[in-house]
Amino acid sequence: MALLARKVCKVLAQAAPKGPVARTFHLGVVYQQDVGVQKESKTKCTLIPGDGVGPELVYSVQEVFKAANVPIEFETFFLSEVNPTLSAPLERVSGSIAKNRVCLKGILATPDHSHTGELQTLNMKLRRSLDLYSNVVHVKSLPGIKSRHQNVDCVIIREQTEGEYSALEHESVKGVVECLKIVTATKSQRIAKFAFDYATRNNRKKVTCVHKANIMKLGDGLFLRSCEEIAKLYPRIQFEKMIVDNCTMQMVSNPRQFDVMVTPNLYGNIVDNLASGLVGGAGVVAGASFSAECVVFEPGARHTYSEAVGKNVANPTAMLLCSVKLLNHVNLRTYAEQIRDAINRVLNDGKVRTKDLGGQSSATDFTKAIIYSLR
Amino acid sequence: MAAQWIRRVISPKIGRTRFYSSDVKKCTLIPGDGIGPEISAAVQKIFDAAKVPIEWESVDVTPVRGPDGLFGIPQAAIDSINRNQIGLKGPLMTPVGKGHRSLNLALRKEFNLYANVRPCRSLEGYKTLYDDVNVVTIRENTEGEYSGIEHEIVDGVVQSIKLITEEASRRVAEFAFQYAQDNNRKKVTAVHKANIMRMSDGLFLKCCREAASKFPSVKFEEKYLDTVCLTMVQDPQQYDVLVMPNLYGDILSDMCAGLVGGLGLTPSGNIGLNGALFESVHGTAPDIAGQDKANPTALLLSAVMMLKYMGLNDHARIIEHAAYDTIKEAKYLTGDLGGTAKCSEYTDAICKRVIAAK
Repeated sequence: MALLARKVCKVLAQAAPKGPVARTFHLGVVYQQDVGVQKESKTKCTLIPGDGVGPELVYSVQEVFKAANVPIEFETFFLSEVNPTLSAPLERVSGSIAKNRVCLKGILATPDHSHTGELQTLNMKLRRSLDLYSNVVHVKSLPGIKSRHQNVDCVIIREQTEGEYSALEHESVKGVVECLKIVTATKSQRIAKFAFDYATRNNRKKVTCVHKANIMKLGDGLFLRSCEEIAKLYPRIQFEKMIVDNCTMQMVSNPRQFDVMVTPNLYGNIVDNLASGLVGGAGVVAGASFSAECVVFEPGARHTYSEAVGKNVANPTAMLLCSVKLLNHVNLRTYAEQIRDAINRVLNDGKVRTKDLGGQSSATDFTKAIIYSLR
Repeated sequence: MAAQWIRRVISPKIGRTRFYSSDVKKCTLIPGDGIGPEISAAVQKIFDAAKVPIEWESVDVTPVRGPDGLFGIPQAAIDSINRNQIGLKGPLMTPVGKGHRSLNLALRKEFNLYANVRPCRSLEGYKTLYDDVNVVTIRENTEGEYSGIEHEIVDGVVQSIKLITEEASRRVAEFAFQYAQDNNRKKVTAVHKANIMRMSDGLFLKCCREAASKFPSVKFEEKYLDTVCLTMVQDPQQYDVLVMPNLYGDILSDMCAGLVGGLGLTPSGNIGLNGALFESVHGTAPDIAGQDKANPTALLLSAVMMLKYMGLNDHARIIEHAAYDTIKEAKYLTGDLGGTAKCSEYTDAICKRVIAAK
């Protein structure tokens, strides 16, 4: 447990900001790399474009990386559940992620039913095979994006290997279906510990446990109890519990009260999307899934936006922010800062905006604008 | 002899006809705890002013020890609702850890209240960040995640069962479409998560599709729960009537209430096999109980829903408009809406408008 926590901390430590001294130092390093042109010095990263507009968004990231000369080498795999013939086998993809330890991933579409009668979705299988137990979505109001709510800044930490997403269902008799929700003490404690470690690491003040223990007394009760137990170990961080329906109501009326939130699987999905909606939609929020060993960066609100495929209108901001997080994670901070600044500049200018933010620009224009703003 | 026999056969019939044809309908009233009695009195006062042909039958639901030794709702209350088949309920307090189950739950079970209807509408005069909300959430109320079937398999591993049956799903789906048709609503959206829970939510979705085919005049669409959450806070206008399983309904109905200003403004109705119960879903607010500060709007709008359900549409419209106009005027607002008026002042203002509209 302690070992695990240390690793998690190590992973999270890389999100901290740094000053201009570090910047020049890194530039120096990069300069040397350019002279030497060593292929081995490039960081390898698995890339899963995903379904829907995923490939377009990933292309935008690749263009920006190329323009900024980012020393990252992508290992691309097409993984898809809706297009199984083209999909790479899951073992190869997860093997690559396990080896590279970082991955940039678009959203995988999950059809309502599979032809083989399989209950587990490909997403679930990928998360299970790598034990990507924790999903972190930092929802923050971005500059230059008009929305009803201002200054939203909360982090949603979601357990994503059990709960409602266990894919255990059966039809007892015709017309009567049972769906099992599994909650275990081990995994609940693990995610609670992750949340408190995250809060400590990032100077956050409060952790809110979202639950429905008044109805699901045993299941959510166990989750809540686990959080309470872990909370006792972190006396400096305020602990609060909130019932999920009240939480959604508070979220839409007063989102500023939230800091770090820790949730079981399904509620996390709900709160993630709700919070993303508050700051501008699925196109602008980045997220990441952590296991003890590797990190998968993917947009925070998971929508394939398949109705926009080929129309060149999807907003690449979320994916670009994911790539910024990725660069921070692999310690290429100069590049990360460079790209983040470019994004902020373009959003602040407000001249080039995609459709979801009320503009008319295409995704390509947006990507170009980012590239021109790279400094 | 024959005449006597005829009279005996006919007379109860006459009696029954008279009971039904009479204009005054009986209605059970459960004032509730905390601020419940005040806001119930306010509703009664407004109903009197509007001369609504309703006779209230006030009952007490304080739990009593039944023959089985468990605490439960008194038989008199159950009989009253069974007789009248319609009820209005203020907020009830569920004492925690006192060994008896939630009274709300007991009432729901007792009367087979299978559908929970919650209209959420932005009110003019009370400004929130959203001013174009007009949605109705219809929630399956008897099963799903709230089936209450849970067990600890081994130490530290808990299994909760979400139960979805075809019967209950079809019932609520058909109700939703019927509601949409009766209330001139254009579209029904089924909210589900069938991509994750393929069998259970899949079954629910199947029932919605079947119901949709029976109501060709109402538009039908399917949306994932997460998509609805995301778009509801961005553009609530695109939704009309939403139908969903229990947990999703619980979450979304509260969220929609949050969009328009909280539970103090949103009515709620529970439709069942043996009757209908309309209620305010906010808490008992014991801190302001008895101080004439409470806001009766939610209970009043629930009572308006009840009138519509009973077919007393004229009275419903007058009271509804009076309430909306009073809030719009913003002269007599209670503390929770940022005003300083007392509950009684607000009530009087509505009464005046009701009388003027008569």
